[in-house]
Amino acid sequence: MTTATTPEFKTITLNMGPQHPSTHGVLRLVIELDGETVVSLKPVVGYLHTGMEKSMESKNYHKSITVTDRMDYLSPLGNNMAYVAAVEKLMNLTIPERAQVLRVILLELTRISSHLVWLGTHAIDLGAMSVFLYCFREREKLLDVNDLVAGSRLTPSYFRVGGFYQDVPDPFVPHVRKFLEEFPTALAEYQDLLTKNRIWMKRTIGVGLLSAERAINLALTGPTLRGSGVRYDVRKAKPYSGYETYDFDVPLGRNGDVYDRYLCRIEEMKQSLSIVRQGLDRLKPGPVRADNPYLFPADRTDVKLNMEQLIYHFKIMSQGYTAPPGDAYFSVESPKGELGFYVVSDGTSIPHRTRVRPPSLINLQALEDMCIGRMVSDVVACIGSIDIVLGEVDR
Amino acid sequence: MGIEELVPDGILTTTVEKMVNWARRSSLWPATFGLACCAIEMMASSAARYDLARFGAEVFRASPRQADLMIVAGRVSKKMAPVLKRIYDQMPEPKWVISMGACASCGGIFNNYAIVQGVDTVVPVDVYVPGCPPRPEALIYGIMKLQEKIDRQPLKRPAPAAESEPPAATEASNAGA
Repeated sequence: MTTATTPEFKTITLNMGPQHPSTHGVLRLVIELDGETVVSLKPVVGYLHTGMEKSMESKNYHKSITVTDRMDYLSPLGNNMAYVAAVEKLMNLTIPERAQVLRVILLELTRISSHLVWLGTHAIDLGAMSVFLYCFREREKLLDVNDLVAGSRLTPSYFRVGGFYQDVPDPFVPHVRKFLEEFPTALAEYQDLLTKNRIWMKRTIGVGLLSAERAINLALTGPTLRGSGVRYDVRKAKPYSGYETYDFDVPLGRNGDVYDRYLCRIEEMKQSLSIVRQGLDRLKPGPVRADNPYLFPADRTDVKLNMEQLIYHFKIMSQGYTAPPGDAYFSVESPKGELGFYVVSDGTSIPHRTRVRPPSLINLQALEDMCIGRMVSDVVACIGSIDIVLGEVDR
Repeated sequence: MGIEELVPDGILTTTVEKMVNWARRSSLWPATFGLACCAIEMMASSAARYDLARFGAEVFRASPRQADLMIVAGRVSKKMAPVLKRIYDQMPEPKWVISMGACASCGGIFNNYAIVQGVDTVVPVDVYVPGCPPRPEALIYGIMKLQEKIDRQPLKRPAPAAESEPPAATEASNAGA
């Protein structure tokens, strides 16, 4: 290629982010380009580093739940679940049936709402603005569910160690049933807009290829892995909260490109709907708190009448409950992949160390493999298809 | 009554200041500057149900050079602060800043080594919106408060410099008197 007359072969370095509309937050990419072809790509993370793991070392078990909400803020309840379940494993608690079913319902609704943000932003990145508006229309209904049960749209912190603090309010079941009726129509609408859309197919089919072997070697999880055709879902592999009793499929991709990952997530939303429907059918009245008197605050009326209850109330509010010395690791299938919490206890009410296995950070490794040899515009498609949340990448 | 009687129908009189402020407040263009959780609520504000376009502030610009409002939506880490300052500097005058959420306003629940305890230590802030994260209604209210602020802004004085310094205006008002 290089002869005496042609200028020397040169690459240019392109800096993408941290302020960039399609990096889904504050991801920075240093891309080396030969013309418009990506030669190398390095993600630079840490622009949203929040010190969450360190913060959790100074908060008691109960207070850390609020921190987990702000980690992967698209699926707050998924994070709650992983953390709370790790502490429950540490304390060896049994969760009542109703609480388990409610958790599954809420987790699957959260999965849908997270996938909706993914779909909307992914479509915006590739130039389809209207999909975003439709996705957020449906997502608002799911945020209303959060609002209903916990009084907060985005950061509900609804799960507690040992179940729930309070049962769901009466309008919960009709509201979710209504959503179940409406959502399939909306989902069909998104697919009408995208699945056979010629531009969408050209931008996604064959882009960001990742072989199954490479995906396994990179320790990918979630739809990013399943898009390459590897059957691994924590809900099936290590069931929790009664997932083994639900009937659902794990959608798999064939080619491992952006389009397959898109189809996987769309199908996952349908499966989530089916799980929610099964959950609602088996929802029976019952307690939502584990049988342990030291986990939950005292009853408000008792506190006003009873001295012992007042002392107990003061103690649980100021100190919190303790966990026996030891450690526990628990992982759940968050919308992004396998989200794990490792909690080490020294017997006090504050964890000695909490460590997170963030799926987004680990899935982000695959970006370089996907993009090398492709155009800059494909980088945007690949980022969207991994579905990263920077709050979780940087923590 | 005045000049209004002499001009034909369909012509309004106003001051240049009022008209310029009206134009500025009615088309605030925010920079796409989402940091964390609040950014999702910021997106929700501009999406179907809340429709920020009703207040003229839906045109999120990817380039700070086209924007005049920076909504700092989320926690600002110490690594991000210089970047934020740079983006602010790249925005053309006049420009305004809304600090959205507890983290941007004061560090929120993250009082630790990594997070800047309030974005007002980096850039001047016009409106603080409380909440963790604030609901879209709260953000819209914050934008409306900013519009009220813009309405009162004298033209002769550069906008961000006179943030909390009322004496700086006396020169101009004395000259007028």
